[in-house]
Amino acid sequence: MSESVAQEKAPTGRRVSDLARFLPVGDAAFAIEFGDRIDPALNALVHCTAALLGEMALEGLVETVPTFRSLLVHYDPRRTSAATLQNRITGLDLGETVTSAPARIWQIPVLYGGEAGPDCAEVAAATSLSEAEMIERHSSTVYRVYVQGFLPGFAYLGDLPAELDLPRLTTPRVRVPAGSVAIAQRMTGIYPVESPGGWRLLGNTPVRLFDAGNTPPTLFTPGDGVRFVPVSVAEHARIRADVTRGAYRPDCYEAAP
Amino acid sequence: MSARLKILQPGPQTTVQDLGRLGYQAYGVPVCGALDPIALRLANRLVGNDEGAAALECRLAGPSFEVLDGAVRLALTGADATVDVTVEGETVAYPAWRAIDVPVGATVRVSALRGSGCAILAVAGGIDVPRMLGSRSTDLKGRFGGHEGRPLAAGDKLSMEDIIDSPCLELPYPPSLAFPGTLRVVLGPQAEAFTEDGIATFLATPFRVSREADRMGMRMEGTPLAFTKGADIVSDGIATGSIQVPGSGLPIMLLADHQTIGGYAKIATVISADLPLAGRLLPGAEVRFAAVTVEEAEEARRTQERELGRLLDSLAPVREVARIDEHALFTANLISGVVTARETE
Repeated sequence: MSESVAQEKAPTGRRVSDLARFLPVGDAAFAIEFGDRIDPALNALVHCTAALLGEMALEGLVETVPTFRSLLVHYDPRRTSAATLQNRITGLDLGETVTSAPARIWQIPVLYGGEAGPDCAEVAAATSLSEAEMIERHSSTVYRVYVQGFLPGFAYLGDLPAELDLPRLTTPRVRVPAGSVAIAQRMTGIYPVESPGGWRLLGNTPVRLFDAGNTPPTLFTPGDGVRFVPVSVAEHARIRADVTRGAYRPDCYEAAP
Repeated sequence: MSARLKILQPGPQTTVQDLGRLGYQAYGVPVCGALDPIALRLANRLVGNDEGAAALECRLAGPSFEVLDGAVRLALTGADATVDVTVEGETVAYPAWRAIDVPVGATVRVSALRGSGCAILAVAGGIDVPRMLGSRSTDLKGRFGGHEGRPLAAGDKLSMEDIIDSPCLELPYPPSLAFPGTLRVVLGPQAEAFTEDGIATFLATPFRVSREADRMGMRMEGTPLAFTKGADIVSDGIATGSIQVPGSGLPIMLLADHQTIGGYAKIATVISADLPLAGRLLPGAEVRFAAVTVEEAEEARRTQERELGRLLDSLAPVREVARIDEHALFTANLISGVVTARETE
């Protein structure tokens, strides 16, 4: 069946042209923008489009970068053009893309509070919760991996319970330790390496999120579920030793269909 | 037997780079790679490598090193600088844009760079470091790739392959390093975040590269740009050359090591053909931005690629003895201006 006939057969209002707009990003990239807010349904469209483009093997397309609400398409202007690629993409049918529950849920051990989580007391005070309640809220939610960026392996996990919604620190830390579990507004995340950072630090995980020696190099894939599991100081140290020996893999549950 | 370089003085920031790490930006892994990819490709071809082989990128000044175990062939491009080669106490100074054979035991010193903030030093065989995620480029923030994920330090030893048995090549007419004063940009993706005045200011007033300039980007000084509704956006994707504008209203031009996503409005993107110009800028340089269409920008890149092809075709064995280039003599227009003695329109 030819492409144009296929498009006529699927006037679902679910084509890229119905749902998104193209924005120029120089002459070697363009954005397919689905919206301007953080929303699981928008994010699902982004990842669905990325998957479709991945299957199409378009000449001159270098790679795509999914973000919260847009897909950045990188291309080689010596081999193709924005116009050519957009013509191929605009009619793509995204069908009944829905936000599905995550296929698998990672269990990430976290040592909360104390030196591992220097902002715990302040966050509890600012949210009028006890530290125990704050830890319970943070660790009882199954988060969704929205996007990875800012650092290799830094996954933006959402949505944080509204009760814990606080802005970033006005003065970012110059050094946030690797493995720091942090929150900002309606997101939570883990710093995969030591880095400057403005998020509020609740705890620390010894799990390795990024390894340049692996393909793929990150533990998480967008759409994965993540749950934080409070552990003791001793347990944290034991897991860290196992990670160092290359002998640790976090528990991961296949979600029920 | 393969040769090695032992670093004596590393220079202000010397890193192993190739044409960058493609295919992993979705994991948050930046592309990195040479700030001046044209210089990298020319340097590699001068020493007989594939265009994308790993080389040393030197910012502000080059390194000094000792050649161990075997002779090496190297070439410097992307800046005016001299390459001093000292053999048993005698020093010969070589210019950029040509291959140089350096015997084992020699010491090499690359001078301070002139006319450009960064240069490429390529070595025949390429710098032999492991490929990480398909590339030998250094990811400074992620601390992997290149040489141990960091800039070179005194004492570091780098391996490469032995020299090939072929004449040393030179580029008879190197490309000009002069900065034309303007970087061409495509407006967007968040041009709507700026008022008409803001966009007019961006395109009509000069900016200056501040001291805060590194491989991730260059902060610009100048007249702050006016927003319609503030600098913050829901983080989206960044390309090399993206110009983001935080709340201060002062643009930041993002370069090879830029992070993959960010939360500030982006007013424009430097076109890919002008990225080598941007990469060579020094703090204090005055820059103006000029808007072009996507189509014009794509065509500029294709034109540049054709010009690069002509430069590569012109690589020729080094002319050690000065002689007259008869072909140039008979074809060049030595008297400009006079076309005919008769009056014409």
